[in-house]
Amino acid sequence: MEESKKVHDIIDIKNLDLYYGQFQALKSISMSIQHKMITALIGPSGCGKSTLLRSLNRMNDLIRGVRITGQVLLDGKDIYNSGMEITELRKTVGMVFQRPNPFPLSIYDNVVYGLRVAGVKSKSQLDEIMEWSLRSAWLWDQLKDKLHHPALQLPLDQQQRLCIARLLAVKPEVILMDEPCSALDPISTSKVEDLMHELKKDYTIVIVTHNMQQASRVSDYTAFYYIGNLIEYADTKKIFTAPGVKQTEDYISGRFG
Amino acid sequence: MRIPPKYTQIAAITILGAATVFTVAILIFILVFVLEKGLPILSLNFLFTSPADMGRSGGIFPILIGTVLLPLLAIIVAAPLGIATSVYLVEFTNESRITRLIRFGTDCLAGVPSIIFGLFGFIFFVTILGMGWSIMSGGLSLAFMILPTIIRTSEEAIRAVPKAYREVSFSLGASRWQTVRKVVIPNALPGVVTGVVLGIGRSIEETAVVIFTAGSSLLIPTSVFDSTRTMAVHFYILAREGLSMENAYGTAAALIIAVLIVNLTAYFMMHRFIAKRN
Repeated sequence: MEESKKVHDIIDIKNLDLYYGQFQALKSISMSIQHKMITALIGPSGCGKSTLLRSLNRMNDLIRGVRITGQVLLDGKDIYNSGMEITELRKTVGMVFQRPNPFPLSIYDNVVYGLRVAGVKSKSQLDEIMEWSLRSAWLWDQLKDKLHHPALQLPLDQQQRLCIARLLAVKPEVILMDEPCSALDPISTSKVEDLMHELKKDYTIVIVTHNMQQASRVSDYTAFYYIGNLIEYADTKKIFTAPGVKQTEDYISGRFG
Repeated sequence: MRIPPKYTQIAAITILGAATVFTVAILIFILVFVLEKGLPILSLNFLFTSPADMGRSGGIFPILIGTVLLPLLAIIVAAPLGIATSVYLVEFTNESRITRLIRFGTDCLAGVPSIIFGLFGFIFFVTILGMGWSIMSGGLSLAFMILPTIIRTSEEAIRAVPKAYREVSFSLGASRWQTVRKVVIPNALPGVVTGVVLGIGRSIEETAVVIFTAGSSLLIPTSVFDSTRTMAVHFYILAREGLSMENAYGTAAALIIAVLIVNLTAYFMMHRFIAKRN
């Protein structure tokens, strides 16, 4: 519908409130995520950024006592509507976690996991998507000769990119990244960041990060959260050079957080 | 008056070490005692001939069969039931009053003396259901006895599977059942198998339940509704009735070796399984 416009929203969050029992973790959040852009969520620990990330593919449903009001529209459809098929949603909005978490299986079996649970049985189809996914995560050349080796023996940055490959195999539209580099050293981190730039051509990425430099390096838009509130949301360049709110400025300049 | 840490450390190591040595020594003493008396009796001939004269002479062949069949039936019944229950409790229920009640119930069952299971089996399977003293009655009673062990060990194993595996699986679009089948159970398997092996071990060694429910026939069983005798029961009867202490020890040695074989097999299977995965 909005193909002509270069920038359009893929996710629209409207008045989202989230409670853990009595505690309100997100307070009336409204923001939209731009298609094929990288949006960074920053803020001090406990500000709600990870909680928000996890409400975009309903991973919070797994936690007991979570109550959500408001809307999250994905391509115009409310993901909290009872008609939403949750397994489909999670394939469309995939997730990369804080610690690289390949299954204790071979590299191959890790990458095709999502395809197998989706019922793909054809060996040639699995092989094809597996190769494509590893190529997309820049792992094919290193791993093509040891596809049946255990994934847990890989170095951490390859494990994390393997997790990305495993996600790409299910053809998501949006990739949520929850501090994807916090377990990695600086060199590994830069490899993952380069990969994110490449992935941006085809995917929308939302990343939670504690690392301010990372946010400024990789993202197009940045949202600053503080105790459950969205304080400021703008172009990354603007946030880091001319923040509109005092709290944002204090945070990015390291005065608190 | 404070004792320097250097000395309390030495005292602690001495006491802990002594306790360990004492425990191992008792274990070795029992093993040596039984095997020393039993091994000279034990031979292929002893294992594969039928007893004569109430067990005063001859071998233990029918008893060997009974000792294989009863635990086998018990485990065929108890393992699927127990594993299914533990999967359901951990993965498909929220921690609530009811799950706590169920857990309390299985803990209580685990603590019930085996003779109570024997009496229950006698009244329920042998008399009310009319199965008589039989492999069926014995196997089912043993299954009930080992069910709590299997449920609790499997539960622990399933709970120990990292939460991250489940989250990743869900995030790739898997349903809860797919996650359980493809991620949780394979990773919990070593622990689950341990529970099953413990169950097999307990049912091989069990005496009270078997006497009350499977009887003590010395004939080779031809159906699951025949009575039979296990090595533990045979040992008990030979020793108690003063029939033959030699054959009693021979049987005891065979029993100990059987339990060792079961445990070692499980150990190696598990090791190979873990090695294959990593």
